[in-house]
Amino acid sequence: MNRHLIDRHNPQRWSLTRALATIHIDALLFMGLLILMSAGLMILYSAGDQSTALMMRQLVRISAALFIMLLIANIHPDRMRDSSYWVYGAGILLLLAVLIFGHEGKGAQRWLDLKVFRFQPSEIMKLAVPLLVAAYLAERPLAPSIGRLIVGLVMIIIPSLLIAKQPDLGTALLIASSGLIVIFLSGISWKIIIGFLVACTSALPVLWYVMHDYQKQRVLTLLNPESDPLGSGYHIIQSKIAIGSGGLFGRGWLEGTQSHLAFLPERSTDFIFSVIAEEFGLFGVGLLLMLYLLIAVRGVYIASQAQTSFARLLAGSISLTFLVYVFVNVGMVTGLLPVVGVPLPLVSYGGTSMVTLLAGFGILMSIHTHRRMMSP
Amino acid sequence: MSTKFTLKDHFTEGCLINDRLIFSVLFACLLFLIIMVRLAILQVLEHEHFDSLADRNRVDILPIAPQRGLIYDRNGIVLAENIPSFSLEITPENVPDMAATLNELGQLFVVAESELDEIKQKIKKQRRFRQFVFRQRLTEQEVAKFSVNRHKLPGVDVVGRLIRHYPQGAFFAHTVGYVGRINERDQKAIDLQDYKGTEQIGKTGIEKQYEDLLHGTVGFQKIETNVQGRMIRELENSPAVSGKDLFLNLDVNLQYVAAKALGEFNGAVVAMDPKSGAVLAMVSKPDFDPNLFVTGISNKNYDALRDSVDMPLFNRTLRGRYPPGSTLKPFVALAGLELGVVSEQTQSFCPGWFQLPGQDHRYRCWKTHGHGQVDLKKSISQSCDVYFYDLANALGIEHLHSFLDLFDFGHKTGVDVPSESKGLSPSRAWKRSTRNQPWYPGETVISGIGQGFNQTTPVQLAHATAILAMRGVNVTPQIARATRASGQSELELIAKKVAENLPMENSRHWEAVIDSMVEVVHGTRGTARHIGKGISFKIAGKTGTAQVFGIKQDEKYDAELLAKKLHDHALFIAFAPADAPEIVVAVVVENGGSGSRIAAPVARKIIDQYMGVEPNE
Repeated sequence: MNRHLIDRHNPQRWSLTRALATIHIDALLFMGLLILMSAGLMILYSAGDQSTALMMRQLVRISAALFIMLLIANIHPDRMRDSSYWVYGAGILLLLAVLIFGHEGKGAQRWLDLKVFRFQPSEIMKLAVPLLVAAYLAERPLAPSIGRLIVGLVMIIIPSLLIAKQPDLGTALLIASSGLIVIFLSGISWKIIIGFLVACTSALPVLWYVMHDYQKQRVLTLLNPESDPLGSGYHIIQSKIAIGSGGLFGRGWLEGTQSHLAFLPERSTDFIFSVIAEEFGLFGVGLLLMLYLLIAVRGVYIASQAQTSFARLLAGSISLTFLVYVFVNVGMVTGLLPVVGVPLPLVSYGGTSMVTLLAGFGILMSIHTHRRMMSP
Repeated sequence: MSTKFTLKDHFTEGCLINDRLIFSVLFACLLFLIIMVRLAILQVLEHEHFDSLADRNRVDILPIAPQRGLIYDRNGIVLAENIPSFSLEITPENVPDMAATLNELGQLFVVAESELDEIKQKIKKQRRFRQFVFRQRLTEQEVAKFSVNRHKLPGVDVVGRLIRHYPQGAFFAHTVGYVGRINERDQKAIDLQDYKGTEQIGKTGIEKQYEDLLHGTVGFQKIETNVQGRMIRELENSPAVSGKDLFLNLDVNLQYVAAKALGEFNGAVVAMDPKSGAVLAMVSKPDFDPNLFVTGISNKNYDALRDSVDMPLFNRTLRGRYPPGSTLKPFVALAGLELGVVSEQTQSFCPGWFQLPGQDHRYRCWKTHGHGQVDLKKSISQSCDVYFYDLANALGIEHLHSFLDLFDFGHKTGVDVPSESKGLSPSRAWKRSTRNQPWYPGETVISGIGQGFNQTTPVQLAHATAILAMRGVNVTPQIARATRASGQSELELIAKKVAENLPMENSRHWEAVIDSMVEVVHGTRGTARHIGKGISFKIAGKTGTAQVFGIKQDEKYDAELLAKKLHDHALFIAFAPADAPEIVVAVVVENGGSGSRIAAPVARKIIDQYMGVEPNE
């Protein structure tokens, strides 16, 4: 039973956990995130050619993102559930706006230029989709009926298609998986799941047909990177060399030659994992992956302790999607998955994904710290 | 399945979701395991393979800096060149004890403790095998001193490289300008790729204006390096392309004469060929040694230049804004003729002062007792103020302003040196927008003699005088004449900027004004008659004296009593020969006092030099 919840009314001893809980911050999760982001900053210092300016910018983003996390943690989960339709609707409108007025960057329309800052509406959908699907499915008893399942799928497919059209296949797949995880957690029968997987596999050729040329190229490159060593295979080859040359214990911090002689592209963003692998070796990346796993497990624990089905579904989806991010990024840099441009969560340089991720953790903390005292 | 009567069973639902969560975590662990296996394969099993790949994977690209183009005057005399210079460079990886070495160097070359610390920090930040420049431009004594102590300083070498040098020293400091170290602001303006390996960039003058031409194109050497990044062998080499040489219209001899003629005074001289717009001389005094800036000027030297009350760094020819004074009169007279306000014969009476109807204020003529009856010719040759007070008042400021516009007063002339000032040609709209005040009639009156708000730069004066000399043909002043690609012998002319000629048909008006200006120099009572002797051709000119200091009504200007800083500026514009002009000169002598006594002789010396007149006195 939740000893510390009962202890909250015992004023005799001061406790960090309790102090943080009063501002709706979950101490364990928070510590895990802080350790991860500190390690990230250290690696960024090395990957970014020891630029303190880069570090400072990242630090500012982290602070802003932590502030947003705190704000969201103080919103009651019921309010989130109530507003889920509005958030989702607004997100869809913004996605349409991007397709119509969007700002082009690197050949894809993903940004809305709001004068003060540029804004990527697909980031909203990363949280809006699991939020809405969880709210919708939890309205009725679980497991959901076929009809509700189909409505849930439609809720997932619409934003995924809009984002895939930008084109940003990586984000589209991540958003789809965050929604699908909710459906999976809601208890649909295994028959449906297996049927779905079979359908997906058989749909691969169709997907191939609708993919953009550069996306096809990435898949081909994955299968045989040496076919184009200076073109699209370059990323994967250089990344594998960086990782492989790291060995068991790595070359040491700031000593990675692949990274510092600038052979490794995008080394402070999407390929930062390769820098870690080169400088800290198998041992270092093992620790890092362990940390990711621990954070996700704490999230899953929060899900299991949640008091409503909505909260459980949402918390479960956020925690597991976080792991999907890690796996997709690491799979990409190790040559297991095609290059889709997904950053390593909370470590890669960049602000937008940082804000979304910490906002997600804010939701987890809100769910955990707003529980009513009652036996489960 | 679901009906509205079904109650939510929290416990069952919780178990259902928890089962799925447990399954998910197990699945995640499986993925985690797969990734660890993949990493182990790459990092342990295939480590040797990738490690050797990483070692081989070291191709470095080194920039080869291009040689900067040279700058010549019109006679082919070098104004800017590249000379070898010795610098002291440290290769950190060859220095066993950096602190000791730096201390030793600090004692040898007298470097302050704080500066040594700074150097230490800089060395730490760069690659250990890249040379660090400790000191540039070693003198022979310093090279000798180093050689004697060399055994104590492993890893330190004397290296020769090319640096910019200005053999004419201060004479062209303002016009040719100088190069200096590339700073952050420069970096934003250039293609960094193209400046890899280049240490200097044009900062002012021609060096800045024609940076693109002078710089050249960077070359590259693709090399294979070892683990430390040191070269093993060369793979590819694309040589640098030297910058183009630049040939200017400036004439070294004329520049010397002009600078010398100004003597001890501060001021500016601009001489140009009115037919082509070629700028022949461009002098701004005081000047400074541009060589000081090339390898980074010391704080002491820079502070001295920056804080001097004479402002030697200030380019007066382009940025000095002086009231044109009476040198504006020929243009005002032309406005009067063109707009039909006066004719050549119109007479005006000068009692020594002018009054606006209904006002008490007296606008005084420089000649206290007045010029008596004055026509156009006399008004210019004897510089009668009252005639022009009257004329300006009759024209009105708007007409005057738009006429002066034609001569580019208040506009940049477009001369090919950066940061030219626009000067100021006042109008109602200007006063309203900048000061939010109405225009007063009295301000029109004093505009007629080039006082009040009027401000012109010396290059503007020369340009306007050139238009006048050419009877309306407008050529943009141009300093650079031609370029020459490295290794070529033929010159490539730089395209001239095309300007619109003035829309004035009546040649009689031009001649009337120019005749009056000839009278200034050659008339028996002309204000500059003392420079009109001993030449076979006619000079057209106009003196000007611009007030620096306001004098109260009924007070007299007394040079003796005023501090030199408050003396009037002396101005003179001239061109010669008057009927077929070949040279235009504009002279501004700061605090020179009188245009006729101080500024006019400067112009005469320049005209003599250019036209080949033998001085005979």
